[in-house]
Amino acid sequence: MISLSTINVTFETSSQSVTAVQDVNLQVDAGDVYGIVGYSGAGKSTLVRVINLLQRPTSGNVKVNGQDLLSLNPKELRVARKKIGMIFQHFNLMSSRTIFDNVDYPLKSSKLSKRERAQKVMDLLELVGLSDKRDSYPSQLSGGQKQRVAIARALANDPEILLCDEATSALDPKTTLSILKLLKKLKQDLGLTIVIITHEMQVVKEICNKVAVMEAGRIIEQGDIVSIFSSPQNALTRDFINTATQVDQTLEKLAQHPSLLHLKDNDILCKISFIGNSTSEPIISALSARYRVTTNLLFANVEILQQTPIGFLIVVMSGTTSDLEAALQYLQSVQVEVELIDSRLLQNSKVGDPV
Amino acid sequence: MSDFFMKYFSNIWSFREEILLSTYETIYMVAVTSLFSVLFGILFGITLVVVDKGGILENRLIYSVVEKVINLFRSIPFIILIAVIVPVTRIIVGTSIGMHAAIVPLVIGIVPFYARQIQNALVEVDSGIIEAAQSMGSGPIEIIFRVYLKEGMAGIIRASSVTIINLIGLTTMAGAIGSGGLGSLAINQGYNRFQTDITIVATILILILVFACQFIGDYFTKKSTH
Repeated sequence: MISLSTINVTFETSSQSVTAVQDVNLQVDAGDVYGIVGYSGAGKSTLVRVINLLQRPTSGNVKVNGQDLLSLNPKELRVARKKIGMIFQHFNLMSSRTIFDNVDYPLKSSKLSKRERAQKVMDLLELVGLSDKRDSYPSQLSGGQKQRVAIARALANDPEILLCDEATSALDPKTTLSILKLLKKLKQDLGLTIVIITHEMQVVKEICNKVAVMEAGRIIEQGDIVSIFSSPQNALTRDFINTATQVDQTLEKLAQHPSLLHLKDNDILCKISFIGNSTSEPIISALSARYRVTTNLLFANVEILQQTPIGFLIVVMSGTTSDLEAALQYLQSVQVEVELIDSRLLQNSKVGDPV
Repeated sequence: MSDFFMKYFSNIWSFREEILLSTYETIYMVAVTSLFSVLFGILFGITLVVVDKGGILENRLIYSVVEKVINLFRSIPFIILIAVIVPVTRIIVGTSIGMHAAIVPLVIGIVPFYARQIQNALVEVDSGIIEAAQSMGSGPIEIIFRVYLKEGMAGIIRASSVTIINLIGLTTMAGAIGSGGLGSLAINQGYNRFQTDITIVATILILILVFACQFIGDYFTKKSTH
């Protein structure tokens, strides 16, 4: 559906050249909800603009719907863009037009009659749940409502692709969820392919089936969401995931309140993560019954990603050294990943490397 | 009351026709100049915005040429400009004296100012909206007419009322080439002949015109802001 190959984007200023995107390859298939996550300045917004050529790459290939966009003349490009919807962080509605006219804007050049256009606009407003706001102006709407209007506008020419550039970053968590729910519904009802740029892994977790992590203009890790969440390879990816799953926040809490831990000499503090089937095995009770290791549960979280449960636990295990070793081996044998956390370093450390 | 009026404004009645005529001349010059200025000012203002760095038709050469020409004409004091462009005026109007001849220097004097004002108004249009329009497949012409001019309307109206008020000021100077109007009435009939009451009445009429423009401008600015 979308295929970017060896994309480079360099901005030249008089004194220096800044590389915003470097050697990026990205393959988005029809029906994907593809998340591109990274901190500010990672180049993700530049990258998403390459997809509809709002940003022309310095080098590389851009193919959308089997069309080589870089070879199109301006007029053909404009036609192609109508089939690629886009929404933005700050909504970018036209403040001098009513909601109705905002959604009607992209239909002006369509072949529809005035009557059909009005019908289409009302259908779109219905779809995003804002039929009653047709005569309001954007300034009278809340952030979430504005983004809904922007979505309706982006869908006016029946695109097959929707690009979302930090579309929920200016919204509160509850509104974010409602917008994501709407996107999910649109994906199912209209068969949209969606590319989501965000700095929030929660957004990715909520809706995406694939994810790419960007840092300094490069994609440092990409894959389907379950495998990325269950075994992230890169430190930055782990960072994002630990924040999204509340693991980071929990460790911070523990660092601030060491009394929560009650660590004795032989105790080990660790983070346990498991995917899918291993969830059904009663691990904790097995540890106690078979290995005489008592487990104190400090934190537990289960995420359902694409119908696959992924669990994260932070526990303190107590027992004799040999029992603990056996217990850790058992955990490994049932495909449960264990990361030891050095409690003395907790103050300034992130979750350590896998055992 | 009428004693007071007779004492201090004794010349007004006898000059009533000149006063009416001068008011008409001022309004005529402002109106005709405004028509041309709106055309050229918006044209140049838009040109500056779209060919500027990061604009939808970025072109450094055109930008620097238009900008330099505008700066050049803005730098010439109007009263000198009137004299300098007399040959041009003759070619266009056929004469360099009178109300119609004044239109030429007025247009050349006000268009650069107006173009800058328009540029400032259009730069205010959120670049995100321009980007959104591009992402929806709008071309440059569509973006100019359906986005810049529409979204920038409040700013354009504000710029226009400021420009017209400035223009009223310029028409008074055009009296120097015999354009007529309230400015030349105030100087020729009022000041030079020690008929202070005529100067005062001319001033009041000009103030009324200015306030009217301000009021109308504010009204439409407000109406186009949502």
